[in-house]
Amino acid sequence: MITEHFPILLIVVPLTSALSTPLIGTLNKKYCWYTAIFSISLSLFMSLYILNAVMHTGRISYWLGNWEPPYGIEYAIDYLNSYVLVIVTFIALAVTIYSKWSVEKELPEKTVLFYTVYLLLITGLLGITITGDIFNLYVFLEITSLSAYTLVAIGKKRNALVASYNYAILGTISATFILIAIGYLYMVTGTLNMADLSTKLPPLYDSKVVLTALAFFMAGFSIKVALFPLHVWLPDAYTHAPSVVSAILAATSTKVAAYAMIRVMFTVFSPEFIIVRVNITHILSWIAAFAIIVGSVLAIAQVDIKKMLAYSSVAQIGYIMLGIGLSTKLSVTGGILHILNHALMKATLFLVAGAVIYKTGIRNIEEYRGLRREMPLTMLAFTIAALSMIGVPGTVGFVSKWYLLLGALHEGKWVFALVLILSSLLMLVYFWRVIENIYFPKMHVAVAMDGGDKKKELPYTMLVPILILALLCIALGILAFIPLKIVGMISQMLVG
Amino acid sequence: MIEFILGKYNYWIYIILMMIGFYAMIAKNNLVKKIIGMNIFQTAVFLFYISIGDVKGGTAPIVWEGMEKVIYVNPVPHVLILTAIVVAVSTTAVTLAVVIRIYEEFGTIEEDRILEALED
Amino acid sequence: MDEVDEHVTVTGESVIVRPVEELYIIRRIIARIMVPLTQLYGLYVIMHGEGGPGGGFQGGVILGSATILYVLVFGVDEAKKRISESLNNLMKSTGVLIYAGIGLLCIIFGGYYLEYYALPLGHPEKASELGILGVEIGIGITVSAVMISIFFDLAERFEK
Repeated sequence: MITEHFPILLIVVPLTSALSTPLIGTLNKKYCWYTAIFSISLSLFMSLYILNAVMHTGRISYWLGNWEPPYGIEYAIDYLNSYVLVIVTFIALAVTIYSKWSVEKELPEKTVLFYTVYLLLITGLLGITITGDIFNLYVFLEITSLSAYTLVAIGKKRNALVASYNYAILGTISATFILIAIGYLYMVTGTLNMADLSTKLPPLYDSKVVLTALAFFMAGFSIKVALFPLHVWLPDAYTHAPSVVSAILAATSTKVAAYAMIRVMFTVFSPEFIIVRVNITHILSWIAAFAIIVGSVLAIAQVDIKKMLAYSSVAQIGYIMLGIGLSTKLSVTGGILHILNHALMKATLFLVAGAVIYKTGIRNIEEYRGLRREMPLTMLAFTIAALSMIGVPGTVGFVSKWYLLLGALHEGKWVFALVLILSSLLMLVYFWRVIENIYFPKMHVAVAMDGGDKKKELPYTMLVPILILALLCIALGILAFIPLKIVGMISQMLVG
Repeated sequence: MIEFILGKYNYWIYIILMMIGFYAMIAKNNLVKKIIGMNIFQTAVFLFYISIGDVKGGTAPIVWEGMEKVIYVNPVPHVLILTAIVVAVSTTAVTLAVVIRIYEEFGTIEEDRILEALED
Repeated sequence: MDEVDEHVTVTGESVIVRPVEELYIIRRIIARIMVPLTQLYGLYVIMHGEGGPGGGFQGGVILGSATILYVLVFGVDEAKKRISESLNNLMKSTGVLIYAGIGLLCIIFGGYYLEYYALPLGHPEKASELGILGVEIGIGITVSAVMISIFFDLAERFEK
């Protein structure tokens, strides 16, 4: 049946639509958007079907070319894979629906090329998530990174070019480190399949080659994930990119890199190696704690809203890494749940920031005064997402922070619990500045808008994705058992 | 000690070349020199991969009809490096395109002057 | 025999302008010999990828370099008359669509993705050979089109 080929079709459909977009674009520019919507909706449908199938039957394995692993490339899907797949395709669909008017306004003559590279980015992200072969992971990682460098460089101002160049240099260093680590692992085991590596590595845990491979992997993935202190490419790249690009990169690319790190750490190197023998998770949790504090403090100092959200992303990645670093069942649940939560919340925030820039061109927080009158629904979505980031009960952010707090207190590590509470307070500070300006302005400043209309909201294709994402922030916070069922199984599989 | 240095000469060459490239990427001021350093850095990794695939007494891995019992070199690293070379070429192309646009915008490709121009 | 134009320039002098075909005789003749031979060599490398060193990417680069040699000697405008931009864009997409199409064809005939044994071309090994050849041709077309397109963009930028 065609349904058993869904793993490979998940890659082929975005790839062929990415390469047919230039041909379609020569007919009419408007058809590119329809192509992108069609292919990403198809991918969302396939990934939901795969999630359903994995919940019922367990691990799915697809052999490319019907060559048996370890000789051939295998696509292996288990709970963690399908969870991240659904997140990526859903956020991609929301951002693509939003992108119609935003891309037309910001990049009028480059629309066809934008959609081509955007679909290639989606292909790369899906490929990283779905593959079970470690060299295939490197190839898809590079496809994602190259598309990301190009998309950041399309931005309007001159800063975008320098930001893209810095991102390119750092990204290439990280990918080459990962390539070196793959070479070391291949040298001692002779196989490239992830499941096969996990059975062949345990007798070799005492050798220095495996230790060096782990070191190179951690360094390479830390740059991709933007873990402090290797986060320096992230603020400039997210600030000066076009709004749609900031939204999709912030919501998905760091999360998928975090997924790849978890996959390599827990499946290729078993938990016994990283927790008991080398104890690198202990160091990871301390670095994550620093990342949380430094990211939140630096976010308070910003006046440009996109730069503030970028530094806030650095702090949120710290949460995921803290959950992984503490390595108990509760904290891993919190960390992996935070992948979903942060994707929803950050996508909403960046889309709202982009919408405000689309309507009024305002980027400075001080100039957000009185926007409640002009764009009421958009500001409501921003407030919901901000409350969710802070961790107000009833929203998704609260659930993941609760699990992380429980995990830290169960282990008796009260320092990390203190870090979590402190960071929530810091987040309250920098989000309250914006909310105060929106809802309680000290002086009523007339905001200049194009056309001079008083209460003009966004076009529907931009407004509906924002509202749906904000609604999900609340809905998944109240009905938290729906994602918790899957995440519970994931953490049972990883550290159980 | 002699065995440690001379017996593993391929690893020493790869490490020294990689460090030269890495130093060029970090310390040089000119943007194009950084890209050249990136190429040297990636080429060193390719050398490493191919050198670990070598079998003692092996010949090129092409099957000739009618000849059995020939020792072949491991062909898998060669295939992996082909893909990695394509990736390296694409990365060089993208970064050079960005450098051309930077030159048209700023008029210079020295990094410290670009950072000064950005602060204004 | 090319015509010789006689122009009058702004300052009033009379100047004979030779068309570009008459200049650079050595370069033109050598390019006329080398370009088809290079393309033939590129096609040879693509076709013999499975039996020896070679394959899609290497052959595609050699094909692209043949056109780059043509551009270097004759100029961008001449080369654009032979390979227009729209043809280039078409070639870029066609190569990868051939690759994906062969894979989907294998699914339609009942196998897995890129399982050449499922193609109904007689002997399974024959099907495997032809499948790999088709895939390499697709890669070669795309790579050569991309190389030509990059060179066109760079050459046009600096001629202005």
